[in-house]
Amino acid sequence: MTLDGTFGVPTVMLHTSAFDRIVQSVVRMNGMPRMRRAFVPMPVMGKTPAELRDYVDGNDPLTGVPFMREVIDGLTAALSAEDTAGEAFELSATPRLVEPDADDDLHRTFLKNRWTDTLPIVLPTEERVAKMLAATSHKPDEMIGRMRGTAHGVNWGYTVEKVAVNAVMAGARPEYFPVILALAASGRTARGTSTSSSAAMVVINGPVRHEIGMNTGIGALGPYNHANATIGRAYSLLSQNLSGGSIPGVSYMGSQGNAYSFTNMTYAENEEASPWQPFHVAQGFAATDSTVSMFGFCWHTAFAAGLPDGLWEAQVRRMLQGLDARSRVLFVLDPRSARDFAARGFHTREQLLDWAWEAAQIPAGEYWDYQLIQNYVLPRATFGEEPYASMLATAPEKPVHMFPRDSIDAVVVGGEPDAPDGYWRIISADHAKTVSVDEWR
Amino acid sequence: MTTVLNPVGFPSKVKGKALAPRLESLDGKTIFLVDCRFDDSGLLLEQVQNWFNDHMPSVTTRIVQKNRVYAQDDPETWNQIKAEGDAAIVGVGH
Repeated sequence: MTLDGTFGVPTVMLHTSAFDRIVQSVVRMNGMPRMRRAFVPMPVMGKTPAELRDYVDGNDPLTGVPFMREVIDGLTAALSAEDTAGEAFELSATPRLVEPDADDDLHRTFLKNRWTDTLPIVLPTEERVAKMLAATSHKPDEMIGRMRGTAHGVNWGYTVEKVAVNAVMAGARPEYFPVILALAASGRTARGTSTSSSAAMVVINGPVRHEIGMNTGIGALGPYNHANATIGRAYSLLSQNLSGGSIPGVSYMGSQGNAYSFTNMTYAENEEASPWQPFHVAQGFAATDSTVSMFGFCWHTAFAAGLPDGLWEAQVRRMLQGLDARSRVLFVLDPRSARDFAARGFHTREQLLDWAWEAAQIPAGEYWDYQLIQNYVLPRATFGEEPYASMLATAPEKPVHMFPRDSIDAVVVGGEPDAPDGYWRIISADHAKTVSVDEWR
Repeated sequence: MTTVLNPVGFPSKVKGKALAPRLESLDGKTIFLVDCRFDDSGLLLEQVQNWFNDHMPSVTTRIVQKNRVYAQDDPETWNQIKAEGDAAIVGVGH
């Protein structure tokens, strides 16, 4: 769109047919709803040259028109008045209130409008929202952020009150509201549109954990704590409602979806039982600060019990080497396993992360064969960005680091320090941002 | 009857953009085939290039790769195309 609309070069965009509706939405939101485009069947990846030539020789699966005729017409056919005007518009202003109705009907309206996660919600009455708003010093009409679901989508804005409405819907209590406001004000959505079905993770540190009764111990990642569950759910609801919606096939393209998206794996770090400094202190905050850290990706989990003598190095190395090379690495350690790592000589979190970075190496030929590495890393390598350029020049049989050092991290949560078995996981969570909660009190 | 608040945020205003003037014909023109470098998009563009070679040999096609990953803007490549080309086909944008 930029090449055509800004640089003045007639352009046709090619897409796969599964992305028809999201393409329609993106071009409209960029004021170019008539941007010329043509579609081939899904997928392109993995097809032979002959199969791809059949795509090119065949018809656009959406219109039935020969694919190349659409391409050529898109570059040469005369423009209409609508083409040269573009389309400026303003979506209908969002009303403050919903039309009054019976409770059951309101629940149906919220579900029909896709304002929920399909689970029952608490209706955001004026009284409930007012109680939520009383938990912050910020004014209800203060615009606190902008968010969008897709990289080329339009940013949507929101006020403190809009965040409060979503917090009420999630079932959150007013005392949780500063944490939820901090998440919202970050502008970072928990509902990426990626076909890879990414999700978010949220880690809370500092005094606020105990002030609002969060669980840092047994079952912290499970459905056993009101604050953990509803803060995470509020983040999910506000991410879809404050950024223009999250509709499968239109504005959400995750192939399988992700169960983590309901509550975004929200928990508080067990700072007291950790052998290391708290996670937020490692990010430059004081131990007395309250913070919330957001992580992305969250595709998968690898699991282990303990660190067996004589085997643990090989075991951990195999776990790391078994991950997709585009993954991120977050060690999620219960206190016993964190102490086991410390007893192996990792007296600081950084020592463990340095070791993992060195351990996670595979032959260069294997690394560059990962599809997501080809999509996201190879372009950077071929244009000289280090360390990827050097990795690309490495002989195929020689080892390269799978993950950037700064994409490896660790948190401590759950369990008891004297538990008989130290359970731990590696979750493909990418630390994106740590922000203050205190400024939202 | 219950009154509740609307949970939806506020959309931005969208400014309309005109499409670039189209070409009268592709004869003798140079078309850049821009590989977004996503999910083997370059392999599809090679077949588009083959199609032009077979059916419209007067058209010059040049495959270029984006300098960025697929979702990022790439003004260097757009400037090159504007300076050296007449039209572009960009794919696969998903």
